[in-house]
Amino acid sequence: MAMADMRPPIESGCPDGFQYMHPTMRRNFGLWKYHTDPKPGVLRHVAESGEEIFTVKCGTQRILDIFSLRELTSIGDEFADGFVRFTIRSNIEYYVTDESKIDPLIEALESKGYVVGGTKNSVAAMSHTQGWLHCDIPGTDASGVVKSMMDELIGEFKSWNMPNRVHITTSCCQINCGGQGDIAINIQHTKPPKIDHAQVSNVCERPSVVARCPVAAIRPAMVDGKPSLEVDEKKCICCGACFPPCPPMMINDAEHSKLAVWVGGNHSNARGKPTFQKLVASAIPNNPPRWPEAGAIVKLILKCYKEDARDWERVGEWVERIGWPRFFELTGLPFTKYHIDNWRGARASLNASTHIRF
Amino acid sequence: MAAKKIYPTPMLDVLEEGPWPSFITGIKALRDNHENQFIADVTSSLLGQLEHSYETRKGYWKGGTVSVFGYGGGVIPRFSEVADAFPESKEFHTIRVQPTPGNYYTTDMLNKLGDSWEKNGSGLQTFHGQTGNIMFIGTTTDGTQKFFDDINDYGWDMGGAGPCVRTAMSCVGAARCEMSNCNEHGIQRWLVNNFTDDVHRPALPYKFKFKISGCPNDCQNAIERADFAVIGTWRDDIRVDEAEIKNYVEAKGRQYIIDNVITRCPTQALALNDDDTIAIDNRNCVRCMHCINVMPKALRPGTDKGVTVLIGGKRTLKIGDLMGTVVVPFKKLETRDDYEELVELAEEIIDFWAENGLEHERCGEMIERIGLVNFLEGIDVEVDPNMVSSTRQSSYVRMDGWDDEAIKWFERKAEA
Repeated sequence: MAMADMRPPIESGCPDGFQYMHPTMRRNFGLWKYHTDPKPGVLRHVAESGEEIFTVKCGTQRILDIFSLRELTSIGDEFADGFVRFTIRSNIEYYVTDESKIDPLIEALESKGYVVGGTKNSVAAMSHTQGWLHCDIPGTDASGVVKSMMDELIGEFKSWNMPNRVHITTSCCQINCGGQGDIAINIQHTKPPKIDHAQVSNVCERPSVVARCPVAAIRPAMVDGKPSLEVDEKKCICCGACFPPCPPMMINDAEHSKLAVWVGGNHSNARGKPTFQKLVASAIPNNPPRWPEAGAIVKLILKCYKEDARDWERVGEWVERIGWPRFFELTGLPFTKYHIDNWRGARASLNASTHIRF
Repeated sequence: MAAKKIYPTPMLDVLEEGPWPSFITGIKALRDNHENQFIADVTSSLLGQLEHSYETRKGYWKGGTVSVFGYGGGVIPRFSEVADAFPESKEFHTIRVQPTPGNYYTTDMLNKLGDSWEKNGSGLQTFHGQTGNIMFIGTTTDGTQKFFDDINDYGWDMGGAGPCVRTAMSCVGAARCEMSNCNEHGIQRWLVNNFTDDVHRPALPYKFKFKISGCPNDCQNAIERADFAVIGTWRDDIRVDEAEIKNYVEAKGRQYIIDNVITRCPTQALALNDDDTIAIDNRNCVRCMHCINVMPKALRPGTDKGVTVLIGGKRTLKIGDLMGTVVVPFKKLETRDDYEELVELAEEIIDFWAENGLEHERCGEMIERIGLVNFLEGIDVEVDPNMVSSTRQSSYVRMDGWDDEAIKWFERKAEA
């Protein structure tokens, strides 16, 4: 097709959301007064005007096939008011103004295998990344890990048994697209990349790969008469940053790409300032299709948190209060030299006091 | 109609068991029951390749260059490295589409988008990816253009991919949350739609993300994840309904309120009086939201609302995770001029970073490299003690400009 025949794009950008918003929401925009929680998965918001809207939150498989999408929309038409939104954790939220619609809506969703919950002090749906299904650099899958774990945590999604909400995330590489979570299950590579020297000069811009390394462990080299790269394996931290710009820097390894579990990431400013997650366990096998070893550690941490934390304490706040020695005592997880940070800002994580629990 | 070729998937089959909805069951339904032969075949092949990944614990997609006419980004190209074994999903590109702020849809619009994708792609979609886009997963280069032409005609545009301004995100916001202190919808569209050229034509050092949360609970993870985080807040007093405070005390008990509200205040700004009324030291409240979260019927944010802007949040690559830093402690957002000033701040920041950032360096990494003060001078923003958790602890700094800086401080205070 000649260029002149091509359709130029309409650069409309981010569309106006008001056109897709429930009329009760449009009318009461910015005028909500308070909310209550009638039962798990259901919120009731009351506006200054006295109008009410009910939210029914429903967990999904996130990778939605068109049949499932149509199932979810037809339930929205038949049992709700035809207006929905998706949360940051890929739950679908239905809105109704008539309270009597809630139970039939939940019944319709559950009869099709969907799960209502994820509000208040529950284990929320896990946020996840693309994984082997579609990413170009993943060390593990995401959808499968999430499916496996949510199968086991579904009871906690549907109830309010945790001290506070628990956000769990996964990431299939150390860039950590999954973000910060109360508990995070992330890939942790343990060996330097294997280099496909025959390919480097064909597919990589070598100076950018050198620049990408956080510890300056990569340098240009001639290998077998061809321009390539070499890695100082004593300096290499096995982060995998060189792999996206240069696929011949093969960081993913069936055996040596492991999983690590981190706790205490929290995006909210409530009580304390937002916090980043901290390492608790590593060298966990990357074991599809069910990742049982990683799942067991997550469940162990959840069990200890549920038993020991106070109301409203997030996982990180709980550990902060009881201290790291007690965390390792309660969970039975090993404390190793790898838990002690030596990266930028490490000193702030060391105990420079006599604050010690006995 | 079923796929022409079915690949065995013993490991994936295991993921059909258990009570949580199974993405494998969904993909298999497309393979076995979809009347469009392309969809049946491409999803069958996708399952074959995914099973191969599960067996070998490796990924087999590589990137490339695919775009639509007129744009440089927005498509995530995927070519299979194992196309000989799984040829039908040889090309399996994702198209990123910008959702509305807060991700609102009618069921009709979801169906319409689904119909367009069914005609031009695999029938697989995700609401939403981690950046915030609707992800339409899996089509050919040809399908990419057709699908975009189709949905672009009825109001949807592509998101960002690569070193560019990315698709923005907002929380549920003022549409359904009493905690909201701003019009998240307006803020998102004012900001990101000012940069549509920078969304579609990647030419920046690296990615740049806007995220908006209506209150300091920050449900959008803006401080941790956004280069430009806008968080709703308020300046005046928390609104109190004393009758409701009494109801909470009655329902939960005094001990509960003391243990879970009063003593959990990070600045000890709360007290429960002997008559079960609440005393709030609003000058020392840091707007953390905790007491309001626990007692939403009794306590509400004030009415002098606005936003705090934090700059430089990002994930791990390359220098480790960074939180955003306060650059604007408080800004009213009521008039058109207010919104324009916010957009101008974003323009200043992006221009300065585009000029001074290194290749593949996020804005927050640049700030760490050059120091917050140099950054502030570059974008013409004055220093403010709200920008720090504490003042400097090291004396190793040249301070011979002190007197001039002190005069500036008093002049600014006199102007305020």
